[in-house]
Amino acid sequence: MKDNNNVQEARAGLLLNRRDFIKLTGSGILVFFTVGDIDVFAQQRGFGSDYPTDFNAYLRIGEDGRVTCFSAKIEMGQGVITSLAQMLAEELDVELTSVDMVMGDTSLCPYDFATVGSRSTKYFGPPLRKAAAEARAVLIQLAAESLNVNPDRLYSENGVIRDREDPGMKIPYGQLAKGKRIERHLKEGEVAIKHYSRHRISGKATLRTDSMEKVTGKAKFAGDISLPGMLYARILRPPSHSARVTKADVSAAKKITGAIIIEEKDLVAALHEIPEEAEKALGQIKAEYEIPEKDLDNKNIFEYLEKNAPQGQMVTQKGDIDSGRKQAAVSIKSRFLNHYVAHAAIETHTAVAAVEKDEVKVWSSTQSPFMVRSSVARALGFPPEKVRVFPVHVGGGFGGKTTNLETVEAARLAKLTGRPVQVAYTRKEEFFYDAFRPAAVVKAESGLDKEGKIIYWNFEILFAGTRSSEPIYDIPHQQVLAMGGGFGQESIHPFNTGAWRGPGSNTNVYAMESQTDIMAQAAGIDPLSFRMKNLVDERMKRVLKAAADKFGHSFTKGPSGKGVGIACTDYLGTYVATMAKVKVDKENGGVRVERIVCAQDMGEIINPQGAMLQIEGGITMAISAALSEEVRFRGGSVLTENFDSYDITRFSGAPQIDVVLIDNNDMAPQGCGEPACTTVGAVLANAVCDAIGVRLYELPMTQERIKKVMMKG
Amino acid sequence: MEEDIQFSLNGKKANISVEGERTLLSVLRKEFGLTGTKYGCGEGNCGACTVLIDNKAVRSCITTMEEVAGREVITIEGLAGGKDLHPLQKAFIKHDATQCGFCTPGMVLTAYSLLRENSTPTESEIIYAMDDNLCRCGSYKRIIQAIQTAAEEMRGGQVK
Repeated sequence: MKDNNNVQEARAGLLLNRRDFIKLTGSGILVFFTVGDIDVFAQQRGFGSDYPTDFNAYLRIGEDGRVTCFSAKIEMGQGVITSLAQMLAEELDVELTSVDMVMGDTSLCPYDFATVGSRSTKYFGPPLRKAAAEARAVLIQLAAESLNVNPDRLYSENGVIRDREDPGMKIPYGQLAKGKRIERHLKEGEVAIKHYSRHRISGKATLRTDSMEKVTGKAKFAGDISLPGMLYARILRPPSHSARVTKADVSAAKKITGAIIIEEKDLVAALHEIPEEAEKALGQIKAEYEIPEKDLDNKNIFEYLEKNAPQGQMVTQKGDIDSGRKQAAVSIKSRFLNHYVAHAAIETHTAVAAVEKDEVKVWSSTQSPFMVRSSVARALGFPPEKVRVFPVHVGGGFGGKTTNLETVEAARLAKLTGRPVQVAYTRKEEFFYDAFRPAAVVKAESGLDKEGKIIYWNFEILFAGTRSSEPIYDIPHQQVLAMGGGFGQESIHPFNTGAWRGPGSNTNVYAMESQTDIMAQAAGIDPLSFRMKNLVDERMKRVLKAAADKFGHSFTKGPSGKGVGIACTDYLGTYVATMAKVKVDKENGGVRVERIVCAQDMGEIINPQGAMLQIEGGITMAISAALSEEVRFRGGSVLTENFDSYDITRFSGAPQIDVVLIDNNDMAPQGCGEPACTTVGAVLANAVCDAIGVRLYELPMTQERIKKVMMKG
Repeated sequence: MEEDIQFSLNGKKANISVEGERTLLSVLRKEFGLTGTKYGCGEGNCGACTVLIDNKAVRSCITTMEEVAGREVITIEGLAGGKDLHPLQKAFIKHDATQCGFCTPGMVLTAYSLLRENSTPTESEIIYAMDDNLCRCGSYKRIIQAIQTAAEEMRGGQVK
């Protein structure tokens, strides 16, 4: 993340108050704007923000002509650092290289809830464009005044204002911004933006703008921040989430030269200037625990969830299920299961904190800098504006870095020791404290009429939430009941659960599109024609057709033995159709994914290159979630501790992936980070069933499970 | 007990007095400020901590300083050897082979080690050599393309 000089000065200096903020932004042209759903935003703020409440992002054109966008969105590999800059550069008519993105600095960037849910381009992009268009209008006005000509004669191009009637004349933006402070507050609906047909930066495949730092090792992640006198902390961890420490003997640990031992309420930690010594000291702490363990494990979790499901929330209700049942020629009941999976970003949760007088500085591997700010402030008893979260690169998030216990721990320890502290989770801690995608059950019941049309659809979803749970097909009688949220039900699950790339949609789409294939089979129709027949949504049909054309396979009624699968979904407005070809080893049950084709319609595409990366990446991640990832646990003890027992997709498991991006520029940009990912469980389940002729009703489809169903036949 | 350990680090002599059982990863990051080498798993499972020792890819998280004495260590910071970028780094940029970038240094150095031993690897040879380096963002195919491009440039061919 490149900074202009002002920003660098501010970073080096103290925390900012509102006056400093004005000083920092100094001269130039500023356009403030509000992003996203204002109601949600207002609800979510509520943390005593020290910023004006009528905007939550802004851009600035400086005297040097550089354009800076300040946003608390963060970059974690998903590429918004590039795509948002493209949108801004396009609308303001500057080169992409003239744009600096300042992201996730809580003192420079106004409040933002978090970078989650494939929402950055969709909700941040459009107002950013308008703000840029507004800034361009200001520049033209300034140039008109300075030249004393009619503004209609003027136009913008590559960072300068030009005069149609005087081709030699040009005024750089920086010159117009010099010595001025112009503030504009963007109001909804005021500004016209460019039609996509005039785009030359937005919509063009663009390489990541932060690769140089990443390939040279210069990119700074939270753990790369080193402060004078910094201590490395290792914290006493319970063996189980249900364990309570009854006794901790730290006497031996205290004897280690240079070790500082902290015992404060629930926090027992060993700190040292050398990380290995901190580890050694931690090893000397003898703790006793009381563990009132629940009798829960990977085998009985689903029964337990069914028994303990709370009251449901009706997602959709149309027609009448009973009359649907009566009209049905065939009825099918299924029960689909999905296990807990971990985020497993390669960077573990890491934070550095320093308490200086009455201010706290924090570097955190987080997707939500402002949530970190408020939780650190609460834990330390500081006002939020006295906590500054600095931006760092984030080494993968996938939804897992929206909770940041380690940052609060680092801040508490920094306050208690009076020295800067780093807390970096070991891989074992990472698995232990991860907020897993919850184990979930979907009870599906549906029926067909004689013509092979779906006549009713009755789904009960337990702990996968409501996202993507509405049927995409044209069904007269339908009902979907969701019991328990998609995550965060701590009283039910034996550990934390959270949003995992495309949260509960992964489970919902797996169940829905598996059930759809079962119906196609019952109807004796191939799975592609069956879907086409039951769809009325032309946009979905187009996506499905695009995938099928690219896949180039003539579908026959399943199971065909060929190992091909189909699945499609509507993920918050992005339409995806995915097809897969798999090979199943009949001896050992191993699945080899040979090819994936994914067609995606996400409305206007800002960076086709970045979109491909996200689609390929999401699919790759979801392959192991469907085939091998399963968090092992007993009660509140997490038995999965490292990558040797948690098998994520590696080079040898990554298939050929062909992506088809649907041209749909007339639709506003939708999200891209998660949608493709959510189809993979279903498409692989369908492909495996097509290959071996038997269906698995449980994800992941491990070798053992596949072998077992093959033996049963 | 602290020992004086001498080794070569990114082409320069390095001398340090540390406990011999400390890991190379920790010493590189903390004592030399070379933070391009990353902790990912601490057990040699993921490859984020990969460095070169005598031009071979080694997991620095399970390598002790004792083992490093007298050897030649190259980290991502020293790979280009004073030039702007090594062909592998250029190719990673060109193919967009990074996403979050956390596994990238380990990927680049493992690939370097492969290309030193085999300047014309097939795709399956690349997969075999790289298979213990994990990328959760899922950039595998692009990393393979980047390695192929770099191999070509390093052989003196034209980079497409």
